[in-house]
Amino acid sequence: MTTAMLVSILMTLIAASTPLLLAALGELVAEKAGVLNLGVEGMMLCGAVAGFAVAFSSGSTALGLVAALLAGVAAAMIFAVLALSLGANQVATGLALTIFGIGASSLIGAGFVGRTVQRLGPVFPAALSEHPVLRVVFGQDILVYLSLALVAGVAYVLRRTRAGLILRAVGENDASAHAIGYPVIAIRYAAVAFGGALAGLGGAYFSLALTPMWADRLTAGRGWIALALVVFSAWKPGRLLLGAYLFGAVMTLELQAKAAGVAWLAPEVLAMAPYLATIAVLTMMSLGRKTGRLDAPACLGKPFSAS
Amino acid sequence: MNQPREQEVPPRLALAHISKSFPGVKANDDISLSVRPGEIHALLGENGAGKSTLVKIIYGVQQADEGTISWNGSPVSIPSPKAARRLGIGMVFQHFSLFDAMTVIENIALGLDEAVDREALKGQVAAILQSYSLPLDPEREVHTLSVGERQRIEIVRCLLQKPKLLIMDEPTSVLTPQEVERLFATLRQIAAEGCSILYISHKLSEIKALCDSATILRGGRVVATCDPKVETTRRMAELMIGAELRRIEHGRASGAGAVRLAVSGLSLPGAPPFGTDLREIAFEARAGEILGIAGVAGNGQAELLTALSGERPATAPDAIRLDGKPIGLEGAGARRTLGLSCVPEERNGHAAVPDFSLAENGILTARHRLPLAPHGIISRGAVRRFADGVIKLFDVRTTGSAAPARSLSGGNLQKFIMGREIGQQPAVLVVSQPTWGVDAGAAAAIRQELVDLAAKGSAVVVISQDLDELLELADRLCVINEGRLSTPRPVASLGIDEIGLMMGGIHGAGEQAEAAHA
Repeated sequence: MTTAMLVSILMTLIAASTPLLLAALGELVAEKAGVLNLGVEGMMLCGAVAGFAVAFSSGSTALGLVAALLAGVAAAMIFAVLALSLGANQVATGLALTIFGIGASSLIGAGFVGRTVQRLGPVFPAALSEHPVLRVVFGQDILVYLSLALVAGVAYVLRRTRAGLILRAVGENDASAHAIGYPVIAIRYAAVAFGGALAGLGGAYFSLALTPMWADRLTAGRGWIALALVVFSAWKPGRLLLGAYLFGAVMTLELQAKAAGVAWLAPEVLAMAPYLATIAVLTMMSLGRKTGRLDAPACLGKPFSAS
Repeated sequence: MNQPREQEVPPRLALAHISKSFPGVKANDDISLSVRPGEIHALLGENGAGKSTLVKIIYGVQQADEGTISWNGSPVSIPSPKAARRLGIGMVFQHFSLFDAMTVIENIALGLDEAVDREALKGQVAAILQSYSLPLDPEREVHTLSVGERQRIEIVRCLLQKPKLLIMDEPTSVLTPQEVERLFATLRQIAAEGCSILYISHKLSEIKALCDSATILRGGRVVATCDPKVETTRRMAELMIGAELRRIEHGRASGAGAVRLAVSGLSLPGAPPFGTDLREIAFEARAGEILGIAGVAGNGQAELLTALSGERPATAPDAIRLDGKPIGLEGAGARRTLGLSCVPEERNGHAAVPDFSLAENGILTARHRLPLAPHGIISRGAVRRFADGVIKLFDVRTTGSAAPARSLSGGNLQKFIMGREIGQQPAVLVVSQPTWGVDAGAAAAIRQELVDLAAKGSAVVVISQDLDELLELADRLCVINEGRLSTPRPVASLGIDEIGLMMGGIHGAGEQAEAAHA
């Protein structure tokens, strides 16, 4: 394998992993606060289409990213109002949000199918970003660096700061947190909004960075993999990074195998690989639990109402 | 006490005409009381008398419908617990506000309103633990701690904030006599420094020993205010329950029946990482007797109960024999069918499923011995009759057998659980902390039922940290310490000092061990 090939594979791997990492990190924060938002796929699609539409109309990819973030938050707020304020079942609401996101993105994106926008470019000047080897490190776009910085940031906040402690407390025991005097619902709103923002950015990565051309259902179920990654990570940001890049590697493998034209393996089987890996990892995680004590936040998915 | 001067100082806390209604019930009805600076004021009342609601109003968890709260003479509103703490009100809850998956120090940090540097907090906590002689490892995760240890977290959490009014909700239920004495010394010291204490307890003797005045609630109303040092405990109890208190009647032969439960050479490693190993446990419980097992929290009580209930089978069949039959390898259901019933300490989540109705909780254990679900089909009529019967017989205060278990107060749920087990007429009943957090009237009723069950020929094993209770109930008594059980001795031959010393000595050794860890 030549260096050029290796660099190319790594570039693909990072690009495939980044949207997973963004979306999963947002969901991790929401789940740490005790909210199970299954609408990641829907929020990603909202972000993807909003980002594309704004970037297309304004010609500014940066504005597109802002729009994607806001669209993700807006979609998350639909979920928050229903599931947090009105106490609707979180699983059902999350699924509904995904269906909504699929429909809304198809509707809004109908006029954009096949159109292209300016691709999100590398951060550093060409001397670095187009270096044949160093481009692995310096040739990435802003979202790649942001996603990595956010992993460190989220890990630090959750483990080392008071805000993180309170967030975890709300997810562990909402009734106790309320009794001590923390605004459980408000904290959960914030966590869900953060999750929506990152899911929106993760979705925009598809429409603005990976394939700067609109196609229906662009995220292709990656939101579900992001959800599985959170479980895989045992709600730890460091392991989430590992998991996202592992899944990225599986997807890269699929692309490489397709490119190399592996004749004996049907392309559909290769396309299944990331999802099969999801199932395999989740199964192994369940079998690997010796203590029987789940690592999940104790109040995950439970509605809370102050009484 | 200097009466005239105290009149001039405004009360630290004064409640005037506080009322609070919930759908279907008036929890507080025109309650007025005042607490002077440095006073230890008792709040007495049965389950459902409105103590919890009143305390929640003072601590800002709930808002009163009517009435005013004055703090140092000026009216205040307390919209949140944070506001309460800002005024200087601290509270130790009966149901702990703890986070199981977090460490002790993280739990303490969560209870503080402003961020404190972790190292600085550790130092403050260590100082408090030392000055009040509370053994507690700040780095342990809460789910590994016993109930007694969990309570210490709450106490430390409050003391850190140097409160002006400290609310203690049933604080001594899980402490040994020595620890209670130490806590009282601490509380007296705090009060002497000018902090008022609102002390909620069902243990009248403690209120007598500790408190300067007492407000007695019944049915949401104040029925009396008295000086507990002057009033008799019996009179206070009667005011509280509004009827004459039943005395426990030991109307039975002297427990010399056949051996019903025989345990020998029972050893089990504790659940990692912090469980206590059971070592060579051996005892017999005979028909007609109550065997008491005393000990400080976390010395193997929980492990012993799970070993007896069958949640964790023993290593050999004859380690546990029920009426001569080896059952050491049987599971919990088989043991229940044979007549060994167990009531664990934790009511919500272990003895009962919080989100299930009382009727459904009744099925869970009673189906083994009563025809509630013949051929696996639930007989709803029989289940409801059984649950209604328990509710009636044990005076469980609830809206009915369809009420979810978690809607009941701790004491009421305990009455239901005890009734459920006793109603099955087990051959052997093992019960841990039967009256923890239960008020005097209900506790007396539960104890009487235990005595009656024994009198009918069952063997009863009571695991408790409440020595007074054990001395009142038990025929023979032993102490569990670091997973070992002492030889049972007749209670008549033991004095409270002697047992207290045994437990105290054990306790001292434990403290040294913890000091060595640190």
